[in-house]
Amino acid sequence: MSSVIIENITKTYEKGIVKALDNVSFEVKSGELFGLIGADGAGKTTLFRILTTLLIPDSGKATVAGFDVIKDLKQIRQIVGYMPGKFSLYQDLSIEENLNFFATVFGTTVEENFELIRDIYVQIEPFKKRLAGKLSGGMKQKLALCCALIHEPKVLFLDEPTTGVDPVSRKEFWEMLGRLKERGITIIVSTPYMDEAKLCDRIALIQNSKILDVDTLEGILTKNKQNLFAVSSDNMYQLLKDLRAYTDAVSCFAFGQHHHLQVKTPTSSDEKLRAYLAHRNHTNVSIETINPDIEDTFIKLMQDA
Amino acid sequence: MLNEEIVIKTNKLTKTFGDFTAVNAISFEVKSGEIFGFLGANGAGKTTAMRILCGLLSPTSGEAMVAGYDVYKENELIKKHIGYMSQKFSLYENLTVRENIEFFGGIYGLSRKELKEKGNDLIGRLGMEKEANKLVGSLPLGWKQKISFSTAILHQPKIVFLDEPTGGVDPITRRQFWDMIYEATDAGITIFVTTHYMDEAEYCNRVSIMVDGSISALDTPHQLKEQFETDSMEGVFLKLARQAKRGE
Repeated sequence: MSSVIIENITKTYEKGIVKALDNVSFEVKSGELFGLIGADGAGKTTLFRILTTLLIPDSGKATVAGFDVIKDLKQIRQIVGYMPGKFSLYQDLSIEENLNFFATVFGTTVEENFELIRDIYVQIEPFKKRLAGKLSGGMKQKLALCCALIHEPKVLFLDEPTTGVDPVSRKEFWEMLGRLKERGITIIVSTPYMDEAKLCDRIALIQNSKILDVDTLEGILTKNKQNLFAVSSDNMYQLLKDLRAYTDAVSCFAFGQHHHLQVKTPTSSDEKLRAYLAHRNHTNVSIETINPDIEDTFIKLMQDA
Repeated sequence: MLNEEIVIKTNKLTKTFGDFTAVNAISFEVKSGEIFGFLGANGAGKTTAMRILCGLLSPTSGEAMVAGYDVYKENELIKKHIGYMSQKFSLYENLTVRENIEFFGGIYGLSRKELKEKGNDLIGRLGMEKEANKLVGSLPLGWKQKISFSTAILHQPKIVFLDEPTGGVDPITRRQFWDMIYEATDAGITIFVTTHYMDEAEYCNRVSIMVDGSISALDTPHQLKEQFETDSMEGVFLKLARQAKRGE
Protein backbone atom coordinates (compact mmCIF):
# COMPACT_ATOMS: atom_id res chain seq x y z
CA MET A 1 0.00 0.00 0.00
CA SER A 2 1.28 3.44 -0.87
CA SER A 3 1.43 6.07 1.79
CA VAL A 4 2.49 8.96 -0.44
CA ILE A 5 1.64 9.24 -4.13
CA ILE A 6 3.14 12.02 -6.22
CA GLU A 7 1.95 12.42 -9.81
CA ASN A 8 3.45 14.90 -12.26
CA ILE A 9 4.04 17.64 -9.72
CA THR A 10 5.45 20.86 -11.16
CA LYS A 11 6.20 23.98 -9.17
CA THR A 12 7.73 27.25 -10.36
CA TYR A 13 8.65 30.45 -8.57
CA GLU A 14 8.87 34.06 -9.69
CA LYS A 15 6.13 33.83 -12.31
CA GLY A 16 7.46 30.68 -13.89
CA ILE A 17 11.07 31.80 -14.30
CA VAL A 18 12.54 29.51 -11.65
CA LYS A 19 11.57 25.86 -11.93
CA ALA A 20 11.74 24.14 -8.54
CA LEU A 21 10.04 20.86 -9.48
CA ASP A 22 9.65 19.59 -13.01
CA ASN A 23 7.02 16.88 -13.52
CA VAL A 24 7.98 14.86 -10.45
CA SER A 25 6.30 11.48 -9.86
CA PHE A 26 6.97 8.66 -7.40
CA GLU A 27 5.35 6.70 -4.61
CA VAL A 28 6.38 5.90 -1.07
CA LYS A 29 5.05 2.70 0.44
CA SER A 30 3.51 2.51 3.87
CA GLY A 31 6.12 1.86 6.57
CA GLU A 32 9.01 2.64 4.26
CA LEU A 33 12.14 4.58 5.18
CA PHE A 34 12.49 6.58 1.98
CA GLY A 35 15.41 8.86 1.05
CA LEU A 36 15.19 11.88 -1.22
CA ILE A 37 18.80 12.46 -2.19
CA GLY A 38 20.17 15.54 -3.91
CA ALA A 39 22.14 18.75 -3.49
CA ASP A 40 20.99 22.10 -2.13
CA GLY A 41 18.66 23.75 -4.61
CA ALA A 42 17.59 20.48 -6.27
CA GLY A 43 13.94 20.90 -5.17
CA LYS A 44 13.76 18.74 -2.04
CA THR A 45 12.36 21.38 0.30
CA THR A 46 9.76 22.50 -2.23
CA LEU A 47 8.49 18.93 -2.54
CA PHE A 48 8.32 18.55 1.25
CA ARG A 49 6.41 21.81 1.58
CA ILE A 50 3.89 20.65 -1.04
CA LEU A 51 3.41 17.27 0.66
CA THR A 52 2.89 18.94 4.04
CA THR A 53 0.30 21.33 2.50
CA LEU A 54 2.40 24.45 3.04
CA LEU A 55 2.74 25.18 -0.66
CA ILE A 56 0.43 24.61 -3.63
CA PRO A 57 1.88 23.04 -6.80
CA ASP A 58 1.38 24.68 -10.22
CA SER A 59 0.15 21.37 -11.58
CA GLY A 60 0.01 17.68 -10.75
CA LYS A 61 -1.54 15.71 -7.94
CA ALA A 62 -0.31 14.30 -4.65
CA THR A 63 -1.85 12.38 -1.79
CA VAL A 64 -0.57 11.59 1.70
CA ALA A 65 -2.24 8.62 3.44
CA GLY A 66 -5.02 8.90 0.88
CA PHE A 67 -5.67 12.61 1.47
CA ASP A 68 -5.25 15.17 -1.29
CA VAL A 69 -2.59 17.81 -0.54
CA ILE A 70 -4.77 20.63 -1.84
CA LYS A 71 -8.31 19.66 -0.84
CA ASP A 72 -7.67 17.78 2.41
CA LEU A 73 -5.08 20.00 4.03
CA LYS A 74 -6.72 19.86 7.47
CA GLN A 75 -6.64 16.07 7.58
CA ILE A 76 -3.07 15.94 6.34
CA ARG A 77 -1.85 18.38 8.97
CA GLN A 78 -3.25 16.08 11.67
CA ILE A 79 -1.35 13.03 10.51
CA VAL A 80 2.04 14.25 9.32
CA GLY A 81 5.09 15.20 11.33
CA TYR A 82 7.41 17.73 9.71
CA MET A 83 10.90 18.69 10.72
CA PRO A 84 12.05 21.56 8.49
CA GLY A 85 15.68 22.00 7.53
CA LYS A 86 15.80 25.30 9.37
CA PHE A 87 15.21 25.11 13.14
CA SER A 88 11.63 26.29 13.55
CA LEU A 89 10.68 25.75 17.19
CA TYR A 90 10.04 28.56 19.66
CA GLN A 91 13.46 29.80 20.73
CA ASP A 92 12.06 31.58 23.78
CA LEU A 93 10.28 28.51 25.13
CA SER A 94 12.10 25.77 27.02
CA ILE A 95 12.46 22.18 25.82
CA GLU A 96 9.57 21.15 28.03
CA GLU A 97 7.36 24.06 26.96
CA ASN A 98 7.93 23.45 23.26
CA LEU A 99 7.03 19.80 23.60
CA ASN A 100 3.89 20.56 25.64
CA PHE A 101 2.89 23.23 23.16
CA PHE A 102 3.05 20.89 20.17
CA ALA A 103 1.24 18.12 22.04
CA THR A 104 -1.56 20.53 23.00
CA VAL A 105 -1.93 21.93 19.49
CA PHE A 106 -2.51 18.38 18.25
CA GLY A 107 -4.98 17.66 21.03
CA THR A 108 -2.84 15.15 22.86
CA THR A 109 -0.44 15.05 25.80
CA VAL A 110 3.25 14.32 26.12
CA GLU A 111 2.40 11.37 28.40
CA GLU A 112 0.09 9.73 25.86
CA ASN A 113 2.79 9.23 23.23
CA PHE A 114 5.84 9.29 25.45
CA GLU A 115 6.86 5.76 24.41
CA LEU A 116 7.49 7.01 20.88
CA ILE A 117 9.95 9.71 21.89
CA ARG A 118 11.40 8.12 25.02
CA ASP A 119 14.83 7.13 23.75
CA ILE A 120 15.35 10.50 22.03
CA TYR A 121 13.88 12.60 24.83
CA VAL A 122 15.97 11.05 27.61
CA GLN A 123 19.05 12.50 25.91
CA ILE A 124 17.77 16.07 26.25
CA GLU A 125 15.68 15.65 29.41
CA PRO A 126 18.48 16.84 31.76
CA PHE A 127 18.16 20.25 30.05
CA LYS A 128 14.36 20.40 29.89
CA LYS A 129 14.20 23.83 31.54
CA ARG A 130 16.65 25.34 29.05
CA LEU A 131 15.35 27.68 26.33
CA ALA A 132 15.36 26.10 22.87
CA GLY A 133 17.35 29.05 21.51
CA LYS A 134 20.20 28.22 23.92
CA LEU A 135 20.60 24.60 22.84
CA SER A 136 23.46 23.18 20.76
CA GLY A 137 22.78 22.05 17.20
CA GLY A 138 22.51 18.39 18.11
CA MET A 139 20.11 19.03 20.98
CA LYS A 140 17.92 21.32 18.85
CA GLN A 141 17.70 18.53 16.30
CA LYS A 142 16.59 15.99 18.91
CA LEU A 143 14.00 18.39 20.31
CA ALA A 144 12.67 19.14 16.82
CA LEU A 145 12.34 15.41 16.17
CA CYS A 146 10.45 14.92 19.47
CA CYS A 147 8.06 17.76 18.59
CA ALA A 148 7.46 16.30 15.12
CA LEU A 149 6.61 12.92 16.69
CA ILE A 150 4.55 13.87 19.72
CA HIS A 151 1.17 13.43 17.97
CA GLU A 152 2.20 10.00 16.63
CA PRO A 153 2.17 10.93 12.94
CA LYS A 154 1.51 8.37 10.22
CA VAL A 155 4.05 9.98 7.91
CA LEU A 156 7.18 11.78 9.08
CA PHE A 157 8.96 14.30 6.83
CA LEU A 158 12.54 15.15 7.78
CA ASP A 159 14.17 17.84 5.65
CA GLU A 160 17.97 17.53 5.69
CA PRO A 161 18.23 16.48 9.33
CA THR A 162 21.93 15.60 8.97
CA THR A 163 23.28 18.52 6.95
CA GLY A 164 26.38 19.99 8.59
CA VAL A 165 26.39 17.16 11.13
CA ASP A 166 29.60 15.21 11.74
CA PRO A 167 29.87 11.51 10.73
CA VAL A 168 29.46 10.17 14.28
CA SER A 169 26.29 12.15 15.04
CA ARG A 170 24.92 11.32 11.59
CA LYS A 171 25.29 7.64 12.36
CA GLU A 172 23.44 8.02 15.66
CA PHE A 173 20.63 9.95 13.99
CA TRP A 174 20.09 7.19 11.43
CA GLU A 175 20.00 4.59 14.19
CA MET A 176 17.18 6.61 15.76
CA LEU A 177 15.31 6.60 12.43
CA GLY A 178 15.71 2.84 12.20
CA ARG A 179 13.97 2.44 15.57
CA LEU A 180 11.12 4.74 14.52
CA LYS A 181 10.63 2.74 11.35
CA GLU A 182 10.14 -0.40 13.44
CA ARG A 183 7.08 1.30 14.95
CA GLY A 184 5.49 1.45 11.52
CA ILE A 185 5.88 5.14 10.81
CA THR A 186 6.48 6.01 7.16
CA ILE A 187 9.58 8.20 7.04
CA ILE A 188 10.65 10.40 4.16
CA VAL A 189 14.03 11.98 4.71
CA SER A 190 15.99 14.30 2.44
CA THR A 191 19.76 14.50 2.44
CA PRO A 192 22.68 15.76 0.35
CA TYR A 193 24.88 12.91 1.68
CA MET A 194 25.01 10.15 -0.92
CA ASP A 195 26.37 7.60 1.56
CA GLU A 196 23.06 7.73 3.50
CA ALA A 197 21.37 6.00 0.54
CA LYS A 198 22.39 2.61 1.93
CA LEU A 199 20.38 3.28 5.09
CA CYS A 200 17.10 3.74 3.19
CA ASP A 201 14.67 1.09 1.93
CA ARG A 202 14.35 2.97 -1.34
CA ILE A 203 15.65 6.27 -2.65
CA ALA A 204 14.79 8.95 -5.19
CA LEU A 205 17.69 10.86 -6.71
CA ILE A 206 16.82 14.48 -7.45
CA GLN A 207 18.85 17.06 -9.37
CA ASN A 208 17.88 20.39 -10.93
CA SER A 209 14.15 19.95 -10.16
CA LYS A 210 13.97 16.52 -11.82
CA ILE A 211 13.91 12.98 -10.45
CA LEU A 212 16.84 11.07 -11.95
CA ASP A 213 15.75 7.66 -10.69
CA VAL A 214 13.66 5.93 -7.99
CA ASP A 215 14.51 2.46 -6.75
CA THR A 216 16.34 0.50 -4.08
CA LEU A 217 20.02 1.36 -3.87
CA GLU A 218 20.84 -2.03 -5.41
CA GLY A 219 18.38 -1.51 -8.21
CA ILE A 220 19.88 1.85 -9.09
CA LEU A 221 23.43 0.50 -9.01
CA THR A 222 22.52 -2.53 -11.16
CA LYS A 223 20.75 -0.40 -13.78
CA ASN A 224 23.66 1.99 -14.14
CA LYS A 225 26.67 -0.20 -14.75
CA GLN A 226 29.79 1.58 -15.95
CA ASN A 227 33.37 0.62 -16.79
CA LEU A 228 35.28 1.97 -13.85
CA PHE A 229 38.89 1.94 -12.64
CA ALA A 230 40.12 3.16 -9.26
CA VAL A 231 43.58 4.62 -9.87
CA SER A 232 46.20 6.13 -7.61
CA SER A 233 49.85 7.19 -7.92
CA ASP A 234 52.38 9.34 -6.04
CA ASN A 235 51.20 12.55 -7.68
CA MET A 236 47.42 12.58 -7.41
CA TYR A 237 46.84 16.06 -8.84
CA GLN A 238 48.90 15.38 -11.97
CA LEU A 239 47.25 11.95 -12.19
CA LEU A 240 43.80 13.53 -12.31
CA LYS A 241 44.82 15.74 -15.24
CA ASP A 242 46.51 12.85 -17.09
CA LEU A 243 43.57 10.49 -16.61
CA ARG A 244 41.18 13.09 -17.99
CA ALA A 245 43.40 13.37 -21.08
CA TYR A 246 43.46 9.57 -21.59
CA THR A 247 41.94 8.63 -24.98
CA ASP A 248 39.54 6.02 -23.58
CA ALA A 249 38.35 8.27 -20.73
CA VAL A 250 34.70 9.28 -20.37
CA SER A 251 35.24 11.18 -17.13
CA CYS A 252 37.49 11.13 -14.10
CA PHE A 253 36.78 12.37 -10.60
CA ALA A 254 38.63 12.30 -7.30
CA PHE A 255 37.22 9.78 -4.78
CA GLY A 256 39.26 10.10 -1.59
CA GLN A 257 42.49 8.16 -1.92
CA HIS A 258 41.75 7.04 -5.51
CA HIS A 259 40.54 8.67 -8.68
CA HIS A 260 37.62 6.96 -10.38
CA LEU A 261 38.15 6.77 -14.12
CA GLN A 262 35.18 5.89 -16.29
CA VAL A 263 36.28 4.42 -19.65
CA LYS A 264 34.49 3.60 -22.90
CA THR A 265 35.76 0.04 -23.33
CA PRO A 266 35.35 -2.83 -20.83
CA THR A 267 37.84 -2.88 -17.97
CA SER A 268 38.94 -6.50 -18.51
CA SER A 269 42.53 -5.36 -19.05
CA ASP A 270 44.37 -2.40 -17.58
CA GLU A 271 47.55 -2.85 -19.67
CA LYS A 272 46.90 0.08 -21.98
CA LEU A 273 46.20 2.42 -19.07
CA ARG A 274 49.24 1.16 -17.19
CA ALA A 275 51.48 1.84 -20.20
CA TYR A 276 49.99 5.31 -20.63
CA LEU A 277 50.64 6.25 -16.99
CA ALA A 278 54.17 4.83 -17.10
CA HIS A 279 54.79 6.94 -20.19
CA ARG A 280 53.58 9.97 -18.20
CA ASN A 281 56.17 9.15 -15.51
CA HIS A 282 53.75 8.16 -12.75
CA THR A 283 55.24 6.10 -9.96
CA ASN A 284 53.61 3.73 -7.50
CA VAL A 285 50.64 3.30 -9.81
CA SER A 286 47.74 1.23 -8.53
CA ILE A 287 44.85 0.31 -10.82
CA GLU A 288 41.81 -1.66 -9.75
CA THR A 289 38.57 -2.54 -11.52
CA ILE A 290 35.65 -1.51 -9.33
CA ASN A 291 31.87 -1.46 -9.24
CA PRO A 292 30.32 2.01 -9.15
CA ASP A 293 28.94 3.19 -5.81
CA ILE A 294 26.02 5.57 -5.38
CA GLU A 295 28.17 8.67 -5.85
CA ASP A 296 29.67 7.36 -9.13
CA THR A 297 26.14 6.57 -10.25
CA PHE A 298 24.76 9.98 -9.26
CA ILE A 299 27.56 11.65 -11.22
CA LYS A 300 26.80 9.48 -14.26
CA LEU A 301 23.07 10.24 -14.07
CA MET A 302 23.85 13.97 -13.73
CA GLN A 303 26.02 13.81 -16.85
CA ASP A 304 23.41 11.81 -18.78
CA ALA A 305 20.62 14.24 -17.84
CA MET B 1 54.13 23.99 -3.74
CA LEU B 2 55.16 23.10 -0.26
CA ASN B 3 58.03 24.93 1.33
CA GLU B 4 59.27 25.35 4.86
CA GLU B 5 57.82 28.77 5.56
CA ILE B 6 55.34 28.58 8.46
CA VAL B 7 52.13 30.54 7.92
CA ILE B 8 50.23 29.44 11.02
CA LYS B 9 51.86 28.62 14.32
CA THR B 10 49.99 28.06 17.57
CA ASN B 11 51.42 27.23 20.97
CA LYS B 12 49.08 26.02 23.73
CA LEU B 13 46.33 28.18 22.28
CA THR B 14 43.39 28.17 24.70
CA LYS B 15 39.94 29.74 24.82
CA THR B 16 37.58 29.45 27.74
CA PHE B 17 34.01 30.70 28.07
CA GLY B 18 33.31 30.88 31.81
CA ASP B 19 34.21 27.45 33.16
CA PHE B 20 33.98 25.82 29.73
CA THR B 21 37.23 25.24 27.84
CA ALA B 22 36.27 25.36 24.18
CA VAL B 23 39.85 25.16 22.90
CA ASN B 24 42.33 23.43 25.16
CA ALA B 25 46.03 24.23 24.62
CA ILE B 26 46.33 23.35 20.96
CA SER B 27 49.76 23.53 19.32
CA PHE B 28 50.37 23.04 15.61
CA GLU B 29 52.02 24.53 12.55
CA VAL B 30 50.82 24.93 8.98
CA LYS B 31 53.39 25.26 6.21
CA SER B 32 53.11 27.59 3.26
CA GLY B 33 51.34 26.00 0.29
CA GLU B 34 49.91 23.20 2.39
CA ILE B 35 46.30 21.94 2.30
CA PHE B 36 45.58 21.55 5.99
CA GLY B 37 42.38 19.72 6.97
CA PHE B 38 40.88 20.79 10.29
CA LEU B 39 38.46 18.07 11.36
CA GLY B 40 36.39 17.34 14.44
CA ALA B 41 32.90 16.47 15.61
CA ASN B 42 30.28 19.19 16.10
CA GLY B 43 31.15 20.96 19.32
CA ALA B 44 34.80 19.83 19.39
CA GLY B 45 36.03 23.44 19.24
CA LYS B 46 36.81 23.87 15.53
CA THR B 47 34.78 27.01 15.00
CA THR B 48 36.20 28.73 18.08
CA ALA B 49 39.77 27.91 17.02
CA MET B 50 39.08 29.10 13.50
CA ARG B 51 37.59 32.38 14.75
CA ILE B 52 40.74 33.04 16.75
CA LEU B 53 42.98 32.28 13.76
CA CYS B 54 40.92 34.65 11.58
CA GLY B 55 41.41 37.48 14.08
CA LEU B 56 37.75 37.54 15.10
CA LEU B 57 38.13 36.32 18.67
CA SER B 58 40.85 36.88 21.24
CA PRO B 59 42.27 33.77 22.93
CA THR B 60 42.35 33.34 26.71
CA SER B 61 45.95 32.14 26.78
CA GLY B 62 48.68 30.66 24.61
CA GLU B 63 50.16 32.03 21.41
CA ALA B 64 49.26 32.09 17.75
CA MET B 65 50.74 33.74 14.68
CA VAL B 66 48.86 33.83 11.37
CA ALA B 67 50.51 35.09 8.16
CA GLY B 68 53.23 36.56 10.37
CA TYR B 69 50.87 38.48 12.68
CA ASP B 70 50.00 38.01 16.33
CA VAL B 71 46.38 37.09 17.13
CA TYR B 72 46.30 39.30 20.24
CA LYS B 73 47.79 42.54 18.94
CA GLU B 74 47.58 42.39 15.19
CA ASN B 75 44.20 40.84 14.52
CA GLU B 76 43.23 43.66 12.14
CA LEU B 77 46.31 42.90 10.05
CA ILE B 78 45.43 39.20 10.07
CA LYS B 79 42.00 39.97 8.64
CA LYS B 80 43.63 41.88 5.76
CA HIS B 81 46.06 39.11 4.93
CA ILE B 82 43.77 36.10 4.91
CA GLY B 83 40.86 35.00 2.77
CA TYR B 84 37.68 33.43 4.22
CA MET B 85 34.82 31.53 2.72
CA SER B 86 32.00 29.48 4.17
CA GLN B 87 29.10 27.61 2.66
CA LYS B 88 26.63 29.47 4.83
CA PHE B 89 27.57 32.99 3.82
CA SER B 90 29.71 33.87 0.89
CA LEU B 91 28.15 36.28 -1.60
CA TYR B 92 25.37 38.85 -1.74
CA GLU B 93 22.60 37.21 -3.76
CA ASN B 94 21.05 40.53 -4.76
CA LEU B 95 24.26 41.96 -6.20
CA THR B 96 25.59 40.98 -9.62
CA VAL B 97 28.71 38.88 -10.09
CA ARG B 98 30.75 42.00 -10.90
CA GLU B 99 29.31 43.96 -7.96
CA ASN B 100 30.20 41.14 -5.56
CA ILE B 101 33.76 41.02 -6.86
CA GLU B 102 34.10 44.80 -6.55
CA PHE B 103 32.53 44.83 -3.09
CA PHE B 104 34.77 42.16 -1.60
CA GLY B 105 37.86 43.41 -3.44
CA GLY B 106 37.11 46.91 -2.15
CA ILE B 107 36.83 45.67 1.41
CA TYR B 108 40.26 44.11 1.03
CA GLY B 109 41.64 47.47 -0.02
CA LEU B 110 42.13 47.00 -3.75
CA SER B 111 42.24 50.28 -5.69
CA ARG B 112 39.64 51.16 -8.32
CA LYS B 113 42.14 50.36 -11.04
CA GLU B 114 43.06 47.00 -9.49
CA LEU B 115 39.39 46.15 -8.98
CA LYS B 116 38.65 46.72 -12.63
CA GLU B 117 41.68 44.78 -13.85
CA LYS B 118 41.35 41.89 -11.44
CA GLY B 119 37.59 41.80 -11.84
CA ASN B 120 37.84 41.50 -15.63
CA ASP B 121 40.64 38.98 -15.34
CA LEU B 122 38.64 36.85 -12.92
CA ILE B 123 35.44 36.97 -14.97
CA GLY B 124 37.47 35.94 -18.01
CA ARG B 125 39.14 33.05 -16.21
CA LEU B 126 35.81 31.80 -14.88
CA GLY B 127 34.32 32.11 -18.38
CA MET B 128 31.47 34.20 -17.00
CA GLU B 129 31.51 37.18 -19.37
CA LYS B 130 27.82 36.63 -20.15
CA GLU B 131 26.86 36.30 -16.49
CA ALA B 132 28.96 39.19 -15.13
CA ASN B 133 25.96 41.49 -14.83
CA LYS B 134 23.48 38.89 -13.60
CA LEU B 135 22.38 38.67 -9.98
CA VAL B 136 24.32 36.04 -8.07
CA GLY B 137 21.04 34.68 -6.66
CA SER B 138 20.00 33.55 -10.15
CA LEU B 139 23.11 31.42 -10.74
CA PRO B 140 23.51 27.69 -10.06
CA LEU B 141 25.16 26.73 -6.79
CA GLY B 142 28.31 25.44 -8.48
CA TRP B 143 28.99 28.82 -10.09
CA LYS B 144 28.36 30.64 -6.83
CA GLN B 145 30.94 28.43 -5.18
CA LYS B 146 33.52 29.27 -7.82
CA ILE B 147 32.89 33.02 -7.63
CA SER B 148 32.90 32.87 -3.88
CA PHE B 149 36.24 31.10 -3.67
CA SER B 150 37.75 33.36 -6.32
CA THR B 151 36.70 36.53 -4.48
CA ALA B 152 38.10 35.12 -1.23
CA ILE B 153 41.54 34.95 -2.85
CA LEU B 154 41.25 38.07 -5.05
CA HIS B 155 43.60 40.05 -2.79
CA GLN B 156 46.19 37.23 -3.02
CA PRO B 157 46.19 36.27 0.65
CA LYS B 158 48.87 33.95 1.98
CA ILE B 159 46.23 31.72 3.44
CA VAL B 160 42.55 31.10 2.90
CA PHE B 161 40.19 29.64 5.51
CA LEU B 162 37.40 27.48 4.11
CA ASP B 163 34.64 26.60 6.57
CA GLU B 164 32.71 23.59 5.23
CA PRO B 165 32.92 25.00 1.71
CA THR B 166 31.24 21.99 0.09
CA GLY B 167 28.35 21.29 2.48
CA GLY B 168 25.16 20.34 0.63
CA VAL B 169 26.79 20.57 -2.80
CA ASP B 170 26.26 17.99 -5.58
CA PRO B 171 29.03 15.42 -6.19
CA ILE B 172 30.36 16.99 -9.40
CA THR B 173 30.46 20.55 -8.04
CA ARG B 174 32.11 19.28 -4.87
CA ARG B 175 34.95 17.82 -6.94
CA GLN B 176 35.25 20.85 -9.18
CA PHE B 177 35.67 22.87 -6.02
CA TRP B 178 38.64 20.73 -5.01
CA ASP B 179 40.14 21.25 -8.46
CA MET B 180 40.11 24.97 -7.64
CA ILE B 181 41.75 24.33 -4.28
CA TYR B 182 44.58 22.44 -6.00
CA GLU B 183 45.04 25.27 -8.49
CA ALA B 184 45.26 27.78 -5.66
CA THR B 185 47.93 25.76 -3.86
CA ASP B 186 49.86 25.57 -7.14
CA ALA B 187 49.87 29.37 -7.01
CA GLY B 188 51.34 29.22 -3.49
CA ILE B 189 48.19 29.85 -1.41
CA THR B 190 47.87 27.89 1.83
CA ILE B 191 44.49 26.21 2.43
CA PHE B 192 42.97 25.70 5.89
CA VAL B 193 39.77 23.73 5.43
CA THR B 194 37.03 22.12 7.53
CA THR B 195 34.74 19.45 6.13
CA HIS B 196 32.38 16.67 7.17
CA TYR B 197 33.13 14.71 3.99
CA MET B 198 35.77 12.16 4.90
CA ASP B 199 36.81 11.55 1.28
CA GLU B 200 37.86 15.21 1.21
CA ALA B 201 40.11 14.63 4.20
CA GLU B 202 42.11 12.36 1.87
CA TYR B 203 42.89 15.34 -0.39
CA CYS B 204 44.66 17.24 2.40
CA ASN B 205 48.44 17.16 2.86
CA ARG B 206 47.91 16.89 6.60
CA VAL B 207 44.86 16.53 8.78
CA SER B 208 44.24 17.40 12.41
CA ILE B 209 41.33 15.96 14.36
CA MET B 210 39.94 17.81 17.36
CA VAL B 211 38.21 15.97 20.20
CA ASP B 212 36.83 17.83 23.23
CA GLY B 213 38.86 20.98 22.58
CA SER B 214 42.21 19.25 22.04
CA ILE B 215 43.99 18.07 18.93
CA SER B 216 43.92 14.27 19.27
CA ALA B 217 45.76 13.44 16.07
CA LEU B 218 47.71 15.32 13.42
CA ASP B 219 49.47 13.74 10.46
CA THR B 220 49.20 12.91 6.78
CA PRO B 221 46.09 10.88 5.88
CA HIS B 222 48.38 7.95 5.05
CA GLN B 223 50.09 8.00 8.46
CA LEU B 224 46.79 8.47 10.32
CA LYS B 225 45.30 5.42 8.65
CA GLU B 226 48.36 3.36 9.63
CA GLN B 227 48.37 4.69 13.16
CA PHE B 228 44.70 3.87 13.71
CA GLU B 229 44.85 0.64 11.71
CA THR B 230 42.00 1.43 9.37
CA ASP B 231 41.76 1.83 5.61
CA SER B 232 39.83 5.11 5.44
CA MET B 233 39.76 8.55 7.04
CA GLU B 234 36.18 7.82 8.06
CA GLY B 235 37.55 4.94 10.12
CA VAL B 236 40.13 7.24 11.75
CA PHE B 237 37.47 9.83 12.50
CA LEU B 238 35.02 7.36 14.00
CA LYS B 239 37.69 5.85 16.25
CA LEU B 240 38.76 9.25 17.56
CA ALA B 241 35.42 11.03 17.82
CA ARG B 242 33.90 8.11 19.74
CA GLN B 243 36.31 8.94 22.58
CA ALA B 244 34.63 12.34 23.03
CA LYS B 245 33.25 12.82 26.53
CA ARG B 246 31.58 16.17 26.26
CA GLY B 247 28.39 16.72 24.28
CA GLU B 248 27.92 19.63 21.97
